[in-house]
Amino acid sequence: MSTSSLDLARPHARGRPFRPAALLPRAALARLVSPLVLLAVWQLAASTGLLPERLLAAPTKIAATGLDLLRDGTLTSAIAVSVQRAGLGFLFGAVAGVGLAVVAGLSRVGEHALDPPLQMLRALPLFGLIPLFILWFGIGETPKVALVALGVAFPLYLNTFAGIRGVDGRLAEVAEVLDLSRTALVRHVVLPGALPQALVGLRQSLGVAWLALIVAEQVNADAGLGFMINNAREFLRTDVVVLGLVVYAALGLLTDAVVRLLERRALTWRTGFPV
Amino acid sequence: MAHGLPGVTTTAKTGGDTAPAARVTGLTRRFDGRTVLDGVDLTIERGEFVALLGRSGSGKSTLLRALAGLDRGTNGGLEVSGAVAVAFQEPRLIPWKRVRANVALGLRAADPAAAARALAEVGLADHGGAWPLTLSGGEAQRASLARALVREPGLLLLDEPFSALDALTRITMHRLVLDLWDRHGPGVLLVTHDVDEALLLADRVLVLDGGRIAHQSRVATPRPRHRDHPDLTALRATLLERLGVTPEGTA
Repeated sequence: MSTSSLDLARPHARGRPFRPAALLPRAALARLVSPLVLLAVWQLAASTGLLPERLLAAPTKIAATGLDLLRDGTLTSAIAVSVQRAGLGFLFGAVAGVGLAVVAGLSRVGEHALDPPLQMLRALPLFGLIPLFILWFGIGETPKVALVALGVAFPLYLNTFAGIRGVDGRLAEVAEVLDLSRTALVRHVVLPGALPQALVGLRQSLGVAWLALIVAEQVNADAGLGFMINNAREFLRTDVVVLGLVVYAALGLLTDAVVRLLERRALTWRTGFPV
Repeated sequence: MAHGLPGVTTTAKTGGDTAPAARVTGLTRRFDGRTVLDGVDLTIERGEFVALLGRSGSGKSTLLRALAGLDRGTNGGLEVSGAVAVAFQEPRLIPWKRVRANVALGLRAADPAAAARALAEVGLADHGGAWPLTLSGGEAQRASLARALVREPGLLLLDEPFSALDALTRITMHRLVLDLWDRHGPGVLLVTHDVDEALLLADRVLVLDGGRIAHQSRVATPRPRHRDHPDLTALRATLLERLGVTPEGTA
């Protein structure tokens, strides 16, 4: 066999040697350069002793620690605990945020009853509530989940409410002349119309969810990523601290990617510029 | 009564065979003390094509919205027989529903084939699966007409539906509307500011001025009509004068 299947699939590459780099667009490749240089500088500084390990461990050390902790199950169980807290908090917060927004968005009475207290609560600093939460819920799982739930509820409430109220009144008139019931109006016009804005709220609230989780886990935890990081600080294990941060970041990026996928699926009807 | 109480319009849906498509008696509408409709009387017979002309701000859209049931602040009598359907100036398709689903939203009884039939009738048989925002202006307006006609309305209200279209598209849309009207036979009220459009399409042309029907002309010229037909030329001059436009060269 002299011709590989790759050559057949890429007729424009005929006559030129196959280069893996050709698979990546030039711009994406160019963007990889500076982070790689930074990583190399960091590695060099760490291995020459310029950067002491008690301040920041070398990238290779962090990677090795990551593999070790993955192998002995420490990392996976820490991730599982943290993800469960974030997931539970997100679930409660999302149900509350979207539920309240639908009630306030669909009726004047609901708006007058719900919006003022929610706007007042929103003005409170989320993390300033931690002392109260500890007094109310103790130091177990409840205050952590509650903090995440509260952080998640507000962006979802605000955006979903704004989305519902921003639905084009002319489309509501269409529903009226077509004799649609109020339920049908909500189902076919109001809720789908509010979806783009609600999805913006979802992305914001996921950002807040991870942030709230990190703060809550710093305060008092006996398991999870926050506990792993705090514990490592006691022993000056900067490799474990950085590993924990990287995992938090990766989880944040992952949920953001999921929402973006969701957006692309749910909003195919829009003719905005392709993303 | 200086200020009429809003919401005392008597609206009735009549079903008798002899009832007109719509009957409006003494319809009055005020906005913040400004009288827009001042006792309008109007009857649209079954299957009659009526065009309503008026300067901007004359209240012609207000009258249409009252007939569509979108204005609850009117006083007077409104009677409509059968279903009412509306095609607005902007097509107002629901952007997150595909074209076929938009048309199906107009159906009064679940009939899966009816939406496809209506789309075929307006020449959009192949566009049922398209998203509304990908349609051209003319296509979107045709889909809007299909959504209105699928209701088999007794009264079809057209609120300047061709004014945003280019001249060529407008000509094909005029033909399409006449064709659909021929086949389905609803009473039609076309609100427009285009005298030629009114003369080409309608059985009767009304001029709304000062909150009342100030003038009406019957157009007996057989269809298809040509705008240079001598009858239409004479009528055009009368209507333009009624609309406050003096003929060219005599101003």
